[in-house]
Amino acid sequence: MKLMTKARLKSPWVLHFDTGSCNGCDIEILAALTPKFDAERFGIVNIGDPKQADILLITGPANHRNKTVLKNLYDQMPEPKLVMAIGECACSGAIFHNCPNTLGGVDKVVPVDVYVPGCAARPEQIVDGVVLALQKLAEKSEQLEKKEKKGE
Amino acid sequence: MSSHNTATIQKEYTVFPFGPQHPVLPEPIQLRFTLDEEKIVDVVPQLGYVHRGIERAAELNDYKRNIYLCERVCGICNYIHGMTYCRVIEDLTDTEVPERAKYLRIIWQEMGRLQSHLLWLGLFADAIGFESLFMQIWRDREIILTLNEKTNGHRIHLSTNAIGGARKDIDASLAKEYRKDLELVREKIKVLEPVFYKDKSFRQLTEGKGILPKNQANFMGAVGPTIRGSGIPQDMRTLDPTCKALDFKPVVYESCDSYARTLVRFDEVFQSIELINKALDQMPDGPILNKNEKFPEGTTIVRTEQPRGELIYYVEGNGTNKLSRVKIRTPTGANIPSLVSMLIGHELPDIPVIVHSIDPCISCTERYVQVKKEAS
Repeated sequence: MKLMTKARLKSPWVLHFDTGSCNGCDIEILAALTPKFDAERFGIVNIGDPKQADILLITGPANHRNKTVLKNLYDQMPEPKLVMAIGECACSGAIFHNCPNTLGGVDKVVPVDVYVPGCAARPEQIVDGVVLALQKLAEKSEQLEKKEKKGE
Repeated sequence: MSSHNTATIQKEYTVFPFGPQHPVLPEPIQLRFTLDEEKIVDVVPQLGYVHRGIERAAELNDYKRNIYLCERVCGICNYIHGMTYCRVIEDLTDTEVPERAKYLRIIWQEMGRLQSHLLWLGLFADAIGFESLFMQIWRDREIILTLNEKTNGHRIHLSTNAIGGARKDIDASLAKEYRKDLELVREKIKVLEPVFYKDKSFRQLTEGKGILPKNQANFMGAVGPTIRGSGIPQDMRTLDPTCKALDFKPVVYESCDSYARTLVRFDEVFQSIELINKALDQMPDGPILNKNEKFPEGTTIVRTEQPRGELIYYVEGNGTNKLSRVKIRTPTGANIPSLVSMLIGHELPDIPVIVHSIDPCISCTERYVQVKKEAS
């Protein structure tokens, strides 16, 4: 494992974006960062700037208005990046599947790497999901390093 | 500005978009500020980022399945949304709610308020730079969520609502745990009292910020802690006979600023704990659910008090298993005009304090959508 990859896995920074969830998952993401669950022991830091983030946490089914914002945020994140769909409605639309203004699942807008089910997803599940996502981040990071080496 | 006036120097305004993705609020809302240097001249709120179309979906579902949907209008005050919907349907089908269920509803409604107010106090502390206070309050809030989990197996969505009563009961051993844990929360929050009442920097950041005078609050139709912070004792719980039996009196502060609104919520934390304890003491024995298979017919309105203010459900039933109209008016929607009037005249760095002081819940508010044609 190269140095850059190792450093990346030590401290994944997450960006949170709400695309129409009921707030249940959003407050659970915040709860995961607070003392009882303490996601910071895995180096997970919540950050508001997409340019500094490694993992994008999305809650809620996307709708026609926020899909452009979501796509923008995804494009602004540097490679290697990961997307996690948090909660049942981000995964598939769930209870909002027949609502007139939803697209039903964020994977219709951006590619999703990790799905965390649950309504609302529990903080343990969210932290577990991020830790699982790290394996995928390692793969992506190594691929990127190989690509960069070839380019030289 | 096309008109050119030679007598006065033309002022240049900056338009500054705040959101939809920003670190202050976890939810997307865009506020477009027009600024004169640092001073706010005008604010235009832009909504629709979390609009889903719940009201339409509620017309497509069976009316019994809507309890589940209404609880997902907002995850923070989910119990009160579900309860209000149940009360509307009970009204339309003439269902009598057992006395014990009424007390259970008060208990869970106040649990929701406790959870929400602690959440808000933490987020507000974070917004004004008190990060350890945020962590401390959220740690204490976990006690309430664990109690929710003990009640019905879930931390956020309590899901104990049923048309005609409640789906779960609080037995003696659970009631004992409620009393014990709530006493623990009371002690832990009491420790933080000096920060909210005395701390100099906290008062400096909030006093005189976002002033909403009494007559303005009335005129703008503010609700909840926002209007109670302006000296008007408006609380929908006073309309509830069960709450009246527990000697409920609204918390009111007179100073009309962000500080008053913070103190209203801080005091309501203790008031809610007191109400739950009283309800646990006075709760009569008996059945908790009264089933009625009649289909809803007619129209009705029910008003309840959410943590953020008055919640209105209007339902039109047509005698079948589907409803013809469900209209939800949530407190943040009513508070947005007051928010705009509070912001004007303040400076750019005051935005987080003032926006937070109405406790905006955007997921609740998204009841309308503005359709605009995309520019090609």
